[in-house]
Amino acid sequence: MTGVPGELAASLARFLERLGGMTRFAGRVLWLSPAALLRPRLVVEQVYNTGALSLVIIMTCGLFVGMVLGLQGHDLLQRFGSEESLGTGAALSLLKELGPVVTALLFAGRAGTALASELGLMRATDQLSAMEVMAVDPMRRVVVPRFLGGLISMPLLTAVFIAVALFGVQLIGVQFLGVDQGQFWSQMRGAVELDDVREGLVKGLVFGVACSLIAVFEGYNAQPTAEGVGRATTRTVVISAVVTLVLDYILTALML
Amino acid sequence: MPIAKRRGAPALGRPPDLLESRAFQEAARPAPDHQPLNQILQPAGGNASSAESDNVADLHGVDYSIGGKAVFRGLDIGIRRGDVTAIMGPSGTGKTTLLRLITGQLRADRGRVVVDGLDVAGLDRRELFALRRRMGMLFQNGALLTDLDVFENVAFPMREHARLPERLVRSLVLSKLHAVGLRGAARLMPQELSGGMGRRVALARAIVMDPQILLYDEPFAGLDPISMGVVMRLIRSLNDALGISSVVVTHDVREISQIADASYILSDGQVVASGTPAELREHPSPVVHQFMEGLADGPVNFHYPAPDYRTQLLDRSEAA
Repeated sequence: MTGVPGELAASLARFLERLGGMTRFAGRVLWLSPAALLRPRLVVEQVYNTGALSLVIIMTCGLFVGMVLGLQGHDLLQRFGSEESLGTGAALSLLKELGPVVTALLFAGRAGTALASELGLMRATDQLSAMEVMAVDPMRRVVVPRFLGGLISMPLLTAVFIAVALFGVQLIGVQFLGVDQGQFWSQMRGAVELDDVREGLVKGLVFGVACSLIAVFEGYNAQPTAEGVGRATTRTVVISAVVTLVLDYILTALML
Repeated sequence: MPIAKRRGAPALGRPPDLLESRAFQEAARPAPDHQPLNQILQPAGGNASSAESDNVADLHGVDYSIGGKAVFRGLDIGIRRGDVTAIMGPSGTGKTTLLRLITGQLRADRGRVVVDGLDVAGLDRRELFALRRRMGMLFQNGALLTDLDVFENVAFPMREHARLPERLVRSLVLSKLHAVGLRGAARLMPQELSGGMGRRVALARAIVMDPQILLYDEPFAGLDPISMGVVMRLIRSLNDALGISSVVVTHDVREISQIADASYILSDGQVVASGTPAELREHPSPVVHQFMEGLADGPVNFHYPAPDYRTQLLDRSEAA
């Protein structure tokens, strides 16, 4: 086959091949994950690398997202004369959508790229090969702890993001725009169900699995060149963002 | 010109130095009742049958191709136990591929790769890893783990394969670092080391599990003359002090000729010559002559295959 149909077929075949490779990779990572918990030190190190080191960017962004939400929410609700519902609206939108999604996008940009480029460079400088020769499985020693680190960090980062963002909403809405503080909090407490919190947590967890897997997969399978590592990093961000938004729709449809 | 040294002879006929000093010998040589660490950790080694064999690694009629391009065609190589064996050949002849076949990272398309009496292709993952614990490999760029310091890099294989008391790990690591002359650099990070130092640390890491086979991938590439001399003498003295077998992949003919017991020259997927360095220098084959003397043109062409120069210059269709 030649021409456009031939190229389409070839690129579809490449896509399917990559998808298959990723599925096998994911299966192996998940299969090896329980055993990796027996060496908590390696995982804790990665929770620090992916989680703690992302805190500043997550908190900064959370604060500003919350402040914008305060302004826009107040402007919107004012038109209906129900400014005191600001707390409820902000809390629900943050818990159910904004928190997990924005955290996942930031996570892909900060921690995902770091993971992908680190693994890609380890591949390019023969470190992974050296481990294999030393009879150490790089999947167990390097990939799985990083995956678990990301997986554990994501829901925690989501929670931090939401908490800081709520503070931002309150800062603008209550302190500057004069929404009644008692109304703000009590309406929020009355309207937010445990199910809403659970929805955010589940999303955070699922996005964490997806983004971490994509990052370690792209890094581990990077071409061992400078260009290859760069491409792996880019793909990590792009694919993570797309997958996060698609998954977000699916999860929302399932949980509503 | 110093010729290959047999075990026990004075090293290279050079004045005694660091490597011949008592401190080095004590650090590097196993105690009389010494049992290699990998055997303590792996008492059920599958190498009983290989004990009588003279060769520690054998390649029989190996074919290997990457992306349809044949790298090896019927390659036959034997690595004698206790020898320093040099694998030489022009760039791109698959010397590194050969090492990866021995470590089982690559599988031959046809033929057999036998290491320590075991057919590498027939091993499952667990057996292959058990075999690899009896091997050490020095990568061209050292391949040190960049997130660990020098000490932890050398300790890495021990920490992964055994739960040893910290005091024992410490003394073993320090003794190996002392053997390569870098005990003082234990707390440096790999990024702070020069190329030669990095390679010596990688060497310390390669010997920390007391391997029986040490594989070197281009150990001299990109080193200054001093570092090169140090690494060269380390290869020889470690081989003899530890009683192991070494395979050195290189194209530095002059250096390796001083320490190798046997050499193979690869070209075009096959062995074109083998023997001691002295024999190779007298070899009648023009390829061997070109390689040993470092001539720019000969059977190995200086020019990559191209159409006729004059025709190409006059060809207008390509210019447009």
